[in-house]
Amino acid sequence: MKLFEYMGKELFAEYGVTVPKGRVVTSPEEAAKVAQEIGSTVVVKSQVLSGKRGKGGGIKFADNAEEASAAAKEILGMTVQGYKVDALLVEEKIQIDKELYLSITVDTAAKMPVIIASADGGMEIEDVAEEKIMKKHIDPLVGFSPYLGRETARRLGLTGALAKEANKLMAGLVKMFHEKDAELVEINPLVISGERLIAADSKVTIDDDALFRQKEAPVVEERTETEKKAHELGLAFVELGGDIAIMANGAGMAMGTLDTISYYGGSPANFLDAGGGTGMEETAQALELLLANKPKAVFINIFGGITRCDDVANAFIQVKKSREIPVPVVIRMVGTNEEEALKILSENGVEAYKVMHEAAQKVVELAKA
Amino acid sequence: MAIIIDENTQVAVQGMTGNQGRFHAKQMLAYGTKIVAGISPGKGGQEVEGVPIYDTMTAAAQDNRIDASVLFIPAPFAKDAAFEAIDAGAKVLVGVPEHIPVHDEMEIVNYAKSKGVIVVGPNSFGIVSSGKCKIGIPPNQFFTEGQVGVVARSGTLTYEIVGNLAMNGLGQSTVVGLGGDRAVGLSFVDVLEKFEHDPQTKAIVMVGEIGGNAEEQAAEFIKANMTKPVVAYIAGKSAPPGKRMGHAGAIIERGKGTFDGKVEALQEVGVQVAALPFEVPGLLKKVL
Repeated sequence: MKLFEYMGKELFAEYGVTVPKGRVVTSPEEAAKVAQEIGSTVVVKSQVLSGKRGKGGGIKFADNAEEASAAAKEILGMTVQGYKVDALLVEEKIQIDKELYLSITVDTAAKMPVIIASADGGMEIEDVAEEKIMKKHIDPLVGFSPYLGRETARRLGLTGALAKEANKLMAGLVKMFHEKDAELVEINPLVISGERLIAADSKVTIDDDALFRQKEAPVVEERTETEKKAHELGLAFVELGGDIAIMANGAGMAMGTLDTISYYGGSPANFLDAGGGTGMEETAQALELLLANKPKAVFINIFGGITRCDDVANAFIQVKKSREIPVPVVIRMVGTNEEEALKILSENGVEAYKVMHEAAQKVVELAKA
Repeated sequence: MAIIIDENTQVAVQGMTGNQGRFHAKQMLAYGTKIVAGISPGKGGQEVEGVPIYDTMTAAAQDNRIDASVLFIPAPFAKDAAFEAIDAGAKVLVGVPEHIPVHDEMEIVNYAKSKGVIVVGPNSFGIVSSGKCKIGIPPNQFFTEGQVGVVARSGTLTYEIVGNLAMNGLGQSTVVGLGGDRAVGLSFVDVLEKFEHDPQTKAIVMVGEIGGNAEEQAAEFIKANMTKPVVAYIAGKSAPPGKRMGHAGAIIERGKGTFDGKVEALQEVGVQVAALPFEVPGLLKKVL
């Protein structure tokens, strides 16, 4: 789950990382009030889950309360990179002596958190030359040790009071990364402002799988309505805009199914991973969800391992009996309890395939009819 | 031969009295897996499918030699169960559950490494040395003994590939599910290396997917170290950038981990890449 900039900064402040003075607002009046309190030039920043806000006109400077109100009025309700702006962060404009880059994320290959730092901040880290980037792993069995802060400060070219500040900042940031179950904590730019290091921006992503124990984490919605509903059902669902609705079990299988449909000239309406060990009730709800988007055909592709084919077959028959299914449905089923499943389907007049590409060709044909 | 597990491997099932644990323990026993103990706190002294249940892993390890342990434990408690298995001396840990927090996974994987324990998963279907031992959840009927080593990130897609192999009379040496999560115990490279040294394995199928750079690293390894032929299938050609396709790792971020990049990297080092899963057996027959 990605957090808005202001949420990330609230966490930074909690962990002793300096952030600019400011507050989140949702109206021009509030914006003016915050600008008044700060009493110097402010920056008004749209709060959307996208970088490149400046280019889209989502960031403006204001010298006084009146200008802040006007800027807020202009930005609120506008669309930045496809996201509607509902909130603004109004904060003091800070003096910028130099911009640095700092982040902590999960290194998949090393299977450890990694600190990434560069003295060239303010731009995408991908655009910085490899030799100018420090990558330092944090062994999860050891955790943070102050030498990591000293090394980071050295690579950022910080000395004296700034180096001390960096040590403190690193300790706080690593603690936050761990305690908040973060997948990413990024400060870009980290600004040298006189004798201070200030986090001028924040990008924080919390691990969705850890939300059960992150009870204080804010709620940020980045999904469409249908995706939201799918999430509540515990399904992985992504809308893709085509006309063949797809339900498969397992993410790899779901991806393989999309690819196969595309290969035969069909257009998938969605990615839906019904997950492992999905029960009958969830399967029935998943089907309802697919039909709500009015596809031209539905493809159910199950290779049962932990999922039992007969559960899926029973769920399908249950839905079929309780509501009219206005479009053709192609079912492919093999694996755990496949014999029982095929029996249930044929008793109810539903034909099932055993071979995936044959079933895929059939559903593409039906969607085009 | 085969890799990591074989007909002598003695297995413990953690969470064996639960719905999933019970069902899959039965399937594993039917496959011929030597399950010597089940672990369920508070249920010690019971029996499931003729297998004794213990309250703790340590108690189970006092009565039995345990080579491997498989977790059917809810994600929030998986880390504790994994540590318990490692502490009791299991040398192979199979992590089936999905949705384990990534910070817990990193701790499990690194602790296991420090103790010389192999972690299959998490979020994996498990591992099968076909005809000898199955630890995990794949359907039994498709896994027959043979010469093809299979290594995959995704579960059900592996069944699809193995199902296609079975239909074409191609058996497997070992089938390994790396797991769909971001921090997993084994990489393609780790498993390719084991297959290269396994006399039973004559060719390898790699089942990859978009996201990350594990397939690209595998390509580099193949170029430098592999003498056996490798065939690949990569899922996610039609996935849009920026959208996470179910697996925590399956996301194209900032133009990295794309389908085209992976296919190119593999083809450059002589790996045959199938466009669809059912083409894999044909490509294998050409190189075997």
